[in-house]
Amino acid sequence: MVSFTINSKKVSFDGDGDTPLLWVLRDQLNMTGTKFGCGVGQCGACTVHVDGQAQRSCVTPVSTVAEQAITTIEGLAPSELELHPVQQAWLEFDVPQCGYCQAGQIMATVDLLRRNPSPTDADIDTSMTNICRCGTYARIRKAIHRAAELSAQGEQE
Amino acid sequence: MSAVLEQKTFSRRQVLIAGAGVAGGFVLGIPQLANATTDSDRMIGYFVEIRADGSVVIGSNQPEIGQGVRTALPMLIAEELDIDWSMVSVRQMPLGIIKTADGFTWKYGGQGVGGSTGLTSNWEYMRQVGATARAQLIKAAAARTGVAEAECSTRPGVVVCGSLQTAIPYGDLIADASALPLPEESPPLKDVADYRVIGSRVKSVDARDIVTGRAKYGVDTVQPDMRYAVIARAPVLNASVKSFDDTETRKVPGVVDVIKIEGPEPGAPYVILASGVAVIATSTWAAMKGRQLLAIDWYESPNATDSSERFWAENREMLKGDGQVVLDDGDFAQAIGDAETVVIRQYQVPFVSHAPLEPQNCYAYVQADECHIIAPTQMPSGASRAAAAVTGLPRENIRVDMTRVGGGFGRRLTNDYVAEAAMISMQTGWPIKLQWSREDDIKNDFYRPGGLHEMQAGLDGDGKVVAWAQRLASGSKYYRRPNMPDEDLFGAELYIDDFPRRIVDNIRMEYFHNAIGLPRGSWRAPAHTANAFVVQSFLDELAHETGADPLQLRLDLYGASREIEYGGHGGPTFNPGRLAKLISFVADKIGYGNTLPDGHGIGLASHFTFGGYAAHAIQVSVVDGKLTIERIVAAIDCGLAVHPNAVEAQLQGGTIDGISTALGLEITVLDGQVQQSNFHDYPLARIAAIPSLFESYIVPFDEQPTGVGEMGIPSAAPALTNAIFAASGVRIRALPIAAQLQI
Repeated sequence: MVSFTINSKKVSFDGDGDTPLLWVLRDQLNMTGTKFGCGVGQCGACTVHVDGQAQRSCVTPVSTVAEQAITTIEGLAPSELELHPVQQAWLEFDVPQCGYCQAGQIMATVDLLRRNPSPTDADIDTSMTNICRCGTYARIRKAIHRAAELSAQGEQE
Repeated sequence: MSAVLEQKTFSRRQVLIAGAGVAGGFVLGIPQLANATTDSDRMIGYFVEIRADGSVVIGSNQPEIGQGVRTALPMLIAEELDIDWSMVSVRQMPLGIIKTADGFTWKYGGQGVGGSTGLTSNWEYMRQVGATARAQLIKAAAARTGVAEAECSTRPGVVVCGSLQTAIPYGDLIADASALPLPEESPPLKDVADYRVIGSRVKSVDARDIVTGRAKYGVDTVQPDMRYAVIARAPVLNASVKSFDDTETRKVPGVVDVIKIEGPEPGAPYVILASGVAVIATSTWAAMKGRQLLAIDWYESPNATDSSERFWAENREMLKGDGQVVLDDGDFAQAIGDAETVVIRQYQVPFVSHAPLEPQNCYAYVQADECHIIAPTQMPSGASRAAAAVTGLPRENIRVDMTRVGGGFGRRLTNDYVAEAAMISMQTGWPIKLQWSREDDIKNDFYRPGGLHEMQAGLDGDGKVVAWAQRLASGSKYYRRPNMPDEDLFGAELYIDDFPRRIVDNIRMEYFHNAIGLPRGSWRAPAHTANAFVVQSFLDELAHETGADPLQLRLDLYGASREIEYGGHGGPTFNPGRLAKLISFVADKIGYGNTLPDGHGIGLASHFTFGGYAAHAIQVSVVDGKLTIERIVAAIDCGLAVHPNAVEAQLQGGTIDGISTALGLEITVLDGQVQQSNFHDYPLARIAAIPSLFESYIVPFDEQPTGVGEMGIPSAAPALTNAIFAASGVRIRALPIAAQLQI
């Protein structure tokens, strides 16, 4: 039995400890916002936060997150009405095409801005390794810069 | 892609087919366009629902694969209906087919997306749906107020009658409007000058659901009592299961069944790609674990010795002989014999995989007399056919629901994974969600065909191209198609009406087929990606050989704006002047002709794809064998841009797809096995490969929209390799680039 929190709710899982967190989220908890893309930690579609840090849930055995706090795309917005600044920036630039990778892109960006509130293009190149097959990278880059601005404004208010 | 490329012959049929209310509102059904041809599947109906509060729910009949069709088609209806876009929500429609005496017709219009036709094939129809709905609302208002119909008009969401002060909201009129007979003809459509929705910067209707994780894809399907399945597929092309031992598999907690999957006969048309063993479990992970523990014996395959090395050697050998002449205008032999300069080059274009980010998956529940399919597919009618073929059930008993699709790129024109899911459900009795892994996807695809092209050109003393030949040895996409004669295999790889036909008088094309066992299919802009790379590279080489400027050489060939005959998809005409305008545009934007530092260069390319036009200018540096893309300028001429955000997105996405593929992607075979398996050895480009200096432009032309899904890709790769040559003198004649330069 492994216990942890997801988006501030307590959950427990009594299956195999080697089950990747991704499949616990998707198959056991029916939280399907976190996507399966490669299964080997390459594409980042499954990115979630474990105690605030971005982690690829497809290669994270559920046993390793015991007593930790998981945040998924479903838990990122502060409320039904208010989006996270990164989500707002994504809407402002109409980033998604098929949209399949975007939950992972957004979770990776939130972590990047936590570590580096005002990233340069070179910082983005180094940090953002998630794959977008549709090729939304030009808008992702703009949206990251915009999200940095929105976050900074939010902190001043 | 043939299903969407069939000629559509329509005649109007004016019948009101729906009237009952939904969700307190009301459905105005305006069927259109019954099929005049005999072969099934062509009857059209569509739905505009106006709710009591004035909001409008517009049905979207097409699969959404990221091309923005769920936004663009409802925009057409909203425009003519005269409704504020903020009042619109969109509902996904399922597959609609109706059995007739001699086959099937469409219930909601032709459904399927491929060949960049989603918008163009619905352009008239959706506007007529909106305009007819608006006319009915006006009639209802006129009847209620006693004001003459001609004195009534609309403002967004309301009908205004003569000098009456009170406008009547659509929501108050809809009950009356629905009871009125439809007009014989669609009312006149708006002038372009009056558009408020079409051409506006509308955002994707699904963006909020996507960024909050609520959008539902095929992989997200959950149904009662559903079991999860994965398949261990033959590792060698065309191998089949001899026997298997599932003892260890069945010990995995959650595994409920293990069954054999019969594959196709080698060389026969595909229903599915491979023979295998399916593991069914109570979770995806249990099924995957169980699969790892299978011990399977395979029969020897006739393709067990296939290899890329042999494929390329055979192609080189074939090009030394004479192939099938598929185009022979003028007198090529005479013209090249008389030419002042003759240039011959070979270019190699590899097999590549689609790799949509959502791996293939499908929900299927086969019962005694019915079947339910929920699938991410570009061709829902193909899904219905695939399920019918597997189950033997009549198609009218097969229900197909479409989810949002995590990328198409042509992979999901084929419904092999639907057939697999139906097989497993039928054999086990369970409602099944079949899940492919990424490895399943990379190793089992309908790959873009690889080929070796030989280009020949003769130029006269003035540098004018007087003779042109393209000779191609490749694995045709049409291989293993049912009823496909060998002499037609070339048609998927050489588009004989492409540039420079009817511009260069003496032109010849030859084809040689290589029957390597790799499956192949339609990969975004199919043969245009290879042919644009080859032709646009070769033009640069001609310029280099004769001392001409690469831009000027193209402008001289393209010439003035004029329509020339074009018999291929995207015809009936092609205007090379639009390519001239676009390539001049991108050259100007990037500063073509300006002096650059050593090791820097600019490359240009342009191409006509399925009715639309695009051009790229790319600036790179090559320093110590290391390539850096510094700046990209892309432009598209799609006639009228209906949904500019989506046009730009497709142009940017196509450009990145072209660059990503050219930089590092290749599928190779050794001992009959695909050697790539996941993104570590099939490295799609990440954000670092794409510079922040990336401009994309929509260059308007006329009032007729073209498709946009494939136009952005073909000219990107040759612009990049032409830039590499300009920067370094290294001519890339074989893709991918990573085999020759550090990227």
